[in-house]
Amino acid sequence: MKLPIYMDYSATTPVDPRVAELMCSYLTPDGKFGNPASRSHRFGWDADDAVEEARKQVAALINADPKEVVWTSGATESDNLAIKGAARFYSKRGKHIVTCKTEHKAVLDTCRQLEREGFEVTYLDPKPDGLIDLANLEAALRDDTTLVSIMHVNNEIGVIQDIEAIGELTRSRKILLHVDAAQSAGKAPIDMETMKIDLMSLSAHKIYGPKGVGALYVRRKPRVRLEAQIHGGGHERGMRSGTLATHQIVGMGEAFRIAREEMAEDNARILGLRNRLWAGLCDMEEVYLNGDLEQRTPGNLNVSFAFVEGESLIMALKDVAVSSGSACTSSSLEPSYVLRALGREDELAHSSIRFTIGRFTTEEEVDYVIELVRRQVLRLRELSPLWDMFKEGVDLKSVKWAAH
Amino acid sequence: MAYSDKVLDHYENPRNVGVLDKESKNVGTGMVGAPACGDVMRLQIQVNENGIIEDAKFKTYGCGSAIASSSLLTEWVKGKTLEQAQQIKNTDIAEELALPPVKVHCSVLAEDAIRAAVEDFASKQNK
Repeated sequence: MKLPIYMDYSATTPVDPRVAELMCSYLTPDGKFGNPASRSHRFGWDADDAVEEARKQVAALINADPKEVVWTSGATESDNLAIKGAARFYSKRGKHIVTCKTEHKAVLDTCRQLEREGFEVTYLDPKPDGLIDLANLEAALRDDTTLVSIMHVNNEIGVIQDIEAIGELTRSRKILLHVDAAQSAGKAPIDMETMKIDLMSLSAHKIYGPKGVGALYVRRKPRVRLEAQIHGGGHERGMRSGTLATHQIVGMGEAFRIAREEMAEDNARILGLRNRLWAGLCDMEEVYLNGDLEQRTPGNLNVSFAFVEGESLIMALKDVAVSSGSACTSSSLEPSYVLRALGREDELAHSSIRFTIGRFTTEEEVDYVIELVRRQVLRLRELSPLWDMFKEGVDLKSVKWAAH
Repeated sequence: MAYSDKVLDHYENPRNVGVLDKESKNVGTGMVGAPACGDVMRLQIQVNENGIIEDAKFKTYGCGSAIASSSLLTEWVKGKTLEQAQQIKNTDIAEELALPPVKVHCSVLAEDAIRAAVEDFASKQNK
């Protein structure tokens, strides 16, 4: 077994060797390096063929029409294009947007920007299990609501939202639904024929493709219009200009092809490992699972170890790559905003660790992590005055702390 | 974020972890911080008849820098008079452990802890 062990697959995944090999053949002089927009020679035609083949592969995974796939630089750009593009295009119809407090920052910060431009945004509270209460969502919809943005699988706690039901609701009210599917594509089934999603953000590097490429699904029937955010040569039917990165796109296509073919098998194996990890930890004292266990993506386990601070535990697990909160916010000292939105006390939010398991995780690695976590949590609790107090039966909430 | 070797050393081999009898007249206990903020330090000092700190113990809930700051503090206060111990500055701790700016608050907490422990000891002597 090689150390350190990678258990941060929700932050990013390694590129599958099959994907990397294919990408390499679109870069060098002996490969198909042409500009897909070059219409006057073979180099351009070959690159264009490759891009269109990849578009089909991405569309196939989500059962969509390839014409509905727009290439972007990643899910963050897709979120920006979807939310700003739709909100601005339909602003004459209304200026109200609904989203949830546990969305990714790429959605939340984009909504904040729209608020500065005069839009109004409602941020829903999820239930304590991380799922959205449909009645709550319905109550938040107004006549001037043009867009609802809800993620499919949460990046921190892995819970799967009921997108089918949300889509029925938004479609019946003629409101657009944007779904950030960066964490779910290739892991949870997505069918654009049956799910009433209008816009959907996709990422390559969460599913064994390269970083720096993603896509936005834009529905054609009923047609969804967007205001472009990047202007230039009119690529991607004017929705996103810029020379297409052939090798990246080919990598995303291949990653999505593999995901489509191997999803069922991968999921079953990963779920087995995730359950093994949880079974190895859940009998410890004062251990809490964050987010619903059933409505959850197979590879995610987010656990709070009470009376142990998360950063020190990560330090103790130095041979294991895990994260506390999301990678985008792990440089800050704030506890996870996602766990706070679930109503977790700050103490438990401070004590959370996210383990994410993927295609290359082994049983041996899981067993190593279980043993290490158990040993280090015990060690840190021996160091923790809060653990002492808990053992003495002191209710920590009754203590008057000097907040600093 | 990379930790300094000194932080790692104190974190992996913390000095003077433990508990002194908080009811004892010659023990002062300082508990500072809050769970909601992500760090709580408990520092205890045992003072002899000559006013010298002859033993110190700590327990800390917090990040590696908070644990290292309190571990270092226990080493420093041993053998000092109460007055000398109170002169330990957070900047000394931050410098010794090469704490990055985002972790300076850990050393501030350690300074608060020794002051609180000395105050607790002093209040017991007046009873």
